[in-house]
Amino acid sequence: MELRVWEGNKNRLLSDLFSVECEENAESDGLTITLRGNFSKVRRVGASMSKGKIIVKGDVGMHLGERMKGGEITVNGNADSWPGGGMEGGRIEIKGSAGDFVGAPYRGSIEGMKNGMIIVHGDAGREVGCSMRGGLIKIYGSVKHFVGISMRDGTILVRGNCAGKAGAEMLNGRIIICGYIPSILPTFTIDSIRPNVDVNGEKIPGPFYRFLGDMADNGEGKLFVSKNKNPHLTAYEKYLL
Amino acid sequence: MNLIIKNGFIYDPLNGIDGEIMDICVRNGRIVEDFNEHDTRVIDASGMTVMPGGVDIHTHIAGSEVNSGRLLRPEDHVYDVEPRKTITRSGVGRSVPSTFITGYRYARMGYTMICNPSMPPLEARHTHEELEDTPIVDKATFPLLGDWWFVLEHLRNGLIKECAEHVAWMINATKGYAIKIVNPGGLETWGFGRNVKDLDDPVPNFGITPREIIRGLCLVNQIINLPHTIHVHTNRLGQPGNYITTIETMDCVKDLAKTERPLIHITHCQFSAFKGDSWQNMRSGAEEIAKYVNHHKHVTLDMGQVVFTDTTTMTADGPWQYTLYELSGNKWVNHDVEVETSSGIVPFKYRRKSYVHATMWSIGLELALLVDDPWKIYLTTDHPNGAPFTTYPKIISWLMSEKAREKTLKKINSKARAKSLLPSIDREYSFYEIAIVTRAGQAKALGLKNKGHLGAGADADIAIYNIDPREIDPSKGYKAVRRAFSRATYTIKSGEIVARDGEIVKVPDGKIYWVNPELPLLQKGSSSSHSNIPPDLRRKFREYWTVEFDNYFIPEKYLRISAPIRIEVRW
Repeated sequence: MELRVWEGNKNRLLSDLFSVECEENAESDGLTITLRGNFSKVRRVGASMSKGKIIVKGDVGMHLGERMKGGEITVNGNADSWPGGGMEGGRIEIKGSAGDFVGAPYRGSIEGMKNGMIIVHGDAGREVGCSMRGGLIKIYGSVKHFVGISMRDGTILVRGNCAGKAGAEMLNGRIIICGYIPSILPTFTIDSIRPNVDVNGEKIPGPFYRFLGDMADNGEGKLFVSKNKNPHLTAYEKYLL
Repeated sequence: MNLIIKNGFIYDPLNGIDGEIMDICVRNGRIVEDFNEHDTRVIDASGMTVMPGGVDIHTHIAGSEVNSGRLLRPEDHVYDVEPRKTITRSGVGRSVPSTFITGYRYARMGYTMICNPSMPPLEARHTHEELEDTPIVDKATFPLLGDWWFVLEHLRNGLIKECAEHVAWMINATKGYAIKIVNPGGLETWGFGRNVKDLDDPVPNFGITPREIIRGLCLVNQIINLPHTIHVHTNRLGQPGNYITTIETMDCVKDLAKTERPLIHITHCQFSAFKGDSWQNMRSGAEEIAKYVNHHKHVTLDMGQVVFTDTTTMTADGPWQYTLYELSGNKWVNHDVEVETSSGIVPFKYRRKSYVHATMWSIGLELALLVDDPWKIYLTTDHPNGAPFTTYPKIISWLMSEKAREKTLKKINSKARAKSLLPSIDREYSFYEIAIVTRAGQAKALGLKNKGHLGAGADADIAIYNIDPREIDPSKGYKAVRRAFSRATYTIKSGEIVARDGEIVKVPDGKIYWVNPELPLLQKGSSSSHSNIPPDLRRKFREYWTVEFDNYFIPEKYLRISAPIRIEVRW
């Protein structure tokens, strides 16, 4: 293979670093790339891809599917930070856990995930969906702090718990937390109690407290938090008319 | 080494040479009339265009402001990385490139002299350190003096001569080249959360008006006899309706003209040429400004062209940068430089489909095309405010081709297109005029006698572009023009080939040009002592600055390659 890649600051041939096998497949319209082995130090797998399929049998490093526009990436193990950073379309499914900054843009940028879908079956780290502008992120496990920070649109569904500070600086969009959250930021105001939430046609059963914020930025984001898992938030109910 | 460049089409406007086939001889870093060809490297430039090395009169490339811009914008760098090569260093680029990359990229485009136009005097040391790390090209830097307390105090008290002494000391102390004035009075007023409204709005506590500052510093400039005029960023920059302020600014020094020499340079004029009274009805004031410039000899301009791209705005105009932050909601930096000036940085994206941005794009080109005399307007983007300097070839193609302009016009906001004057302008720049607006005119305005031309005695700074003016009609072949100007076939700096086909082949250090006014006060004592400085200066340093007087002055030995220009002061 004549493809060139960077190893540290050295420009190398792809075939110098990996054993590469190719097979013709007349049926599929897009290419399928299967990675086997330990790829946890390999960055930018599937960056800017627009079609086709990548299957990673093992762990994968940072910036997976960065700015991808289409196609599909499946990771059977864990992914490091920034999976789907600033993605514009397509689908990423991580069977294990993900690091920090799922769907978040590169540091300094506000051009977060625009479209597409990221599914993480395990846990995810901090700042899930930072500066998100559209699309859907589903986390089946728990997330750490600052989920949906600065988000402008789109939906983040967290099936597990959240470590806190959910939705800081959010201007719009939806965050749904089905598990426990220690507290809600003081710049969020309670709006109503909803029996369930609809995410892409899937009905997530509640009931949920619906908060609006972040008021510090005149935001109109919606933060849904499970009522049953968070009995310590019942004090908010007295503000509901 | 001796060089001879053979059979190229020479464009050397300062010597009136318009595309003639001539040979250029270089010896010891200078252009010479003739020599015998023994031990001479011959460059065959047949079918190519030869111009003096490019001169950029206004580009923010060094100093604390630019450096803060670099810190602020990791996302600007991440997708533009240049790896290390045998003789070049690695770096990152785009709108605020690292110092080394700045030097390489200018050299690749055939530029050999660039001016950093806004240096807070307090940050001069930092600026010079970064300029030293900007390789290949020669540099000069302009200290910001329009809101310096000493200037405000002395001008208020009518003490022009004392003001000139202080300014001359400051130019020498900061190793500066010209007087830069940014939003005169407005920056001091910004310290109190406001901006000046027009040329006659007094500055709080000082009671002096922007008009008095501009006139005063223009007189000071005449007394010190600096090679460049005052370099003015107007009041109300970026506000709809500001074209009137711009014309008033140019007009307020008209009566000071004693010779044919220009008196005032209005920089990045596009940002100061808005009509209307709100962003909704903002439109072009280029026609009025061009009309004024066409009828007056005392003014020069540079474009400050906008290109549709993601860039970083940075200026000493703190109040304007705050407005820009409010408009864009983007991250921002704002800073007060004690006693002297302010600054601000906001990343910004110019969008084709935005009415205001598209109109700004149109204004820049209208100015360049409506000002009849190319010696009065120069090509800049106010890098990186309008766009990174790497977009110059694109702007050259717009200036040279109506077709190229039409192509972009089709893609912009329809309301802006309907109001644009561009469809009614059929002027197209020739190669000769391009050579004026990108090098000769700028060198003349800067008063650099050995730059911007190819006559005997000039520095051997030469750019050779692979474009045959007899074969290519730039009006139709604008893409070839753009390609040629983005990658000089040869860039020659002080007689050495530094870039070949877009590859850097040699990395010499550039000179720092600075002005050394022969101050009678400074001359009496020993060469570097400050025993004869204005007496209040040392005391006021104690009172106002956080930096001690003795640490402030930059000695000449601090510059790696110093190129002082001695001038006689007309006391």
